[in-house]
Amino acid sequence: MCAKPVKKQPQQVETTGHQWDGIEEYNNPMPRWWVWTFYATIVWGVAYSVAYPAWPLLREATPGLLGASTRADVAAEIAAVDAANAAVKAQLVAADLNAIGADPGLATFAENAGAAIFRTNCATCHGSGAAGFEGKGYPNLLDDDWLWGGTMEDIHLTITHGIRNTTDPDARYSEMPRFGADELLDEDQIGQVVEHVLAISGQEHDAALAAAGATVFAENCASCHMDDGSGDRSLGAPKLSDAIWLYGGSRAAITETVVNARFGVMPDWNERLTEDEIRAVSFYVHGRGGGE
Amino acid sequence: MSDQPTTPPSLYAAREPVFPRRVKGAFRTMKWWIMGVALGIYYITPWLRWDRGPSLPDQAVLVDLANRRFFFFMIEIWPHEFYFVAGLLIMAGLGLFLFTSALGRVWCGYACPQTVWTDLFILVERWVEGDRNARLRLHHQAWNAEKIRKRAVKWTVWLLIGLATGGAWVFYFTDAPTLLGDLVTGQAHPVAYITMLILTLTTFVFGGFAREQICIYACPWPRIQAAMMDEDTLTIAYRDWRGEPRGKQTVEGNGDCIDCMACVNVCPMGIDIRNGQQLACITCGLCIDACNDVMDKIGKPRDLIGYLALTDETRERNGQAAKSVWSHVFRLRTMLYTVLWSGVGVALVVALFLRSPIDMNVTPVRNPTFVTLSDGSIRNAYDLRLRNMHGADAQFTIAVTSDAFVTLALEGTEGLTVVVPANETMAQRIYLTAAPGTRAAVNDRTDVRIWIEEQGTTNRVHHDTIFNGKEAGND
Repeated sequence: MCAKPVKKQPQQVETTGHQWDGIEEYNNPMPRWWVWTFYATIVWGVAYSVAYPAWPLLREATPGLLGASTRADVAAEIAAVDAANAAVKAQLVAADLNAIGADPGLATFAENAGAAIFRTNCATCHGSGAAGFEGKGYPNLLDDDWLWGGTMEDIHLTITHGIRNTTDPDARYSEMPRFGADELLDEDQIGQVVEHVLAISGQEHDAALAAAGATVFAENCASCHMDDGSGDRSLGAPKLSDAIWLYGGSRAAITETVVNARFGVMPDWNERLTEDEIRAVSFYVHGRGGGE
Repeated sequence: MSDQPTTPPSLYAAREPVFPRRVKGAFRTMKWWIMGVALGIYYITPWLRWDRGPSLPDQAVLVDLANRRFFFFMIEIWPHEFYFVAGLLIMAGLGLFLFTSALGRVWCGYACPQTVWTDLFILVERWVEGDRNARLRLHHQAWNAEKIRKRAVKWTVWLLIGLATGGAWVFYFTDAPTLLGDLVTGQAHPVAYITMLILTLTTFVFGGFAREQICIYACPWPRIQAAMMDEDTLTIAYRDWRGEPRGKQTVEGNGDCIDCMACVNVCPMGIDIRNGQQLACITCGLCIDACNDVMDKIGKPRDLIGYLALTDETRERNGQAAKSVWSHVFRLRTMLYTVLWSGVGVALVVALFLRSPIDMNVTPVRNPTFVTLSDGSIRNAYDLRLRNMHGADAQFTIAVTSDAFVTLALEGTEGLTVVVPANETMAQRIYLTAAPGTRAAVNDRTDVRIWIEEQGTTNRVHHDTIFNGKEAGND
């Protein structure tokens, strides 16, 4: 810092021989306690590698004398969380389906647990944002249109037993006839009824063909989809007069549906999820904006 | 540098024990006062109470890690306001720059906890074992009953001070009276005991044994400070042009320094200030007190050792008078630091008074960006995070304003008002819907502003976001 005369005697302190602008570098010894600290870290390192998993072998690392295992730690933590959640899960199972939202603690648990269950099990088809896959038959769960009903009870039943699966006899079931493939309607009739469906859903259509299609619709389709095309939730028959289409609302997509029919399947989740999980994910789906 | 080959120095050196002698004087008195105030603030603060109403803690200064709140008298800081802490750290940094450029290592010498606690430990040492000469004798003496007794008493008192230090620390993190009861009855959380144990041991070792080794080898601050001092910085210097050659006053031609070693004997760092300003010097001023005492006794002027800037040293060597202390303290550089420091401080105070007791974050749901409803209208969802920083529950009314026409609905409730519990954050999903064919439904993006207003007050907060419509081809 300053050019004071150096009063330290050269023979007292060795220098490294390095010199810059007249500043010499002293070679002061390290403090002894520092060296001890260094030795202590070596001892610690050896002891640690003996006590804990450390050295990689061909298949796995040396296990360590203390038997520490992060995998076992995670399993223990999961078990602890499960045990801690046991009470609220029991509460969830016992609660009235429509009363879950009224209890803030229960609602928070169901919302968060439901989100995790949804992402693990449901997102594959319905998308991580629950928006489904428009035109491909995976319903959007956010909107106000429900095939089998959007109340808590409806959603709970659908998730529990699934739709048109072969594993659960209580699954929701219905089957649309293959009007074209099985020659129930001829090509002209199919063209007419498609124009009628375009008409009732407010799309561009051929008025003459649509008028003829109204008769075809009343005779073949109205038993499930109702006269005005408003659908029947007890049969999972979609509402045809709205702006939402499961397999697409274009002329080509509707024709394909009438000719070959559709047969969307959903698994029964009661075999894979527990009742509390089904209730949690039902609550989650119900709270995405479409719940009735 | 000697040309003769010398024996290589030893690689490791044992610590040279330091036995600071008692000293009286202006700087020592000031240090006692600073020590008393600093330790007083540290030990007493957790016990101060501050009434915040029934649902909030009544501890004046509390770092509530579990609930993520920081309380400081009338101020309450939430995690999202952590910029206040960042601002305080910036102020602390600028403050250190200011003091270092003006007064050198004044922090190290007077206010650093390492210095304060070491001072306290040396005080205890002196009470138990006597002053420098007695302690030296005890150090060299064999382990007999007297030495064992004195050491045991000293270490016990040190450990008790360490325990109080660690104890005071944990009181800042939870209700102090409750924790004290739990600590005594063995019911406190293990973390509290472990923290106290670690702090007790570090206080005991750092204050009792490591002392100046911490400053010289462990602390980075001395290295940084060296870069912040300049030739106008006041540091402690020995006026060698006045003192040298040192020796007996009876010998003709000797300087004022009688080589009594008083300055060395009182130094807590164990250095000789007469070798010039050096890395180990913490500028505590005790050598000034010691030397002034001697100068008074031999009838020489004071301040053979004193606060001096490098520029003054040059002037004094040339027979000129030193510049005033104030001209060293009030310089462009220190002024600049002061302005920056005050600027940050004023900004923090303004931010503190302008902040609203209610607050909101808005996260537009982007998966999917919009939902088509059965009547063809377009709906966007937004996740709101509502914060009520009051000590009582509050009703928040949510509203939306936009150039385009959109309607608002809340998840889980029919109305537009929700109750946010006292001192809590609440998640609320809201929906904005645009009728088919309207501007917001058709346009790609529409600006919307979401408002919250606390009922019965004028507190309102807004947040600008975007409404995503069904743009052409986006079907």
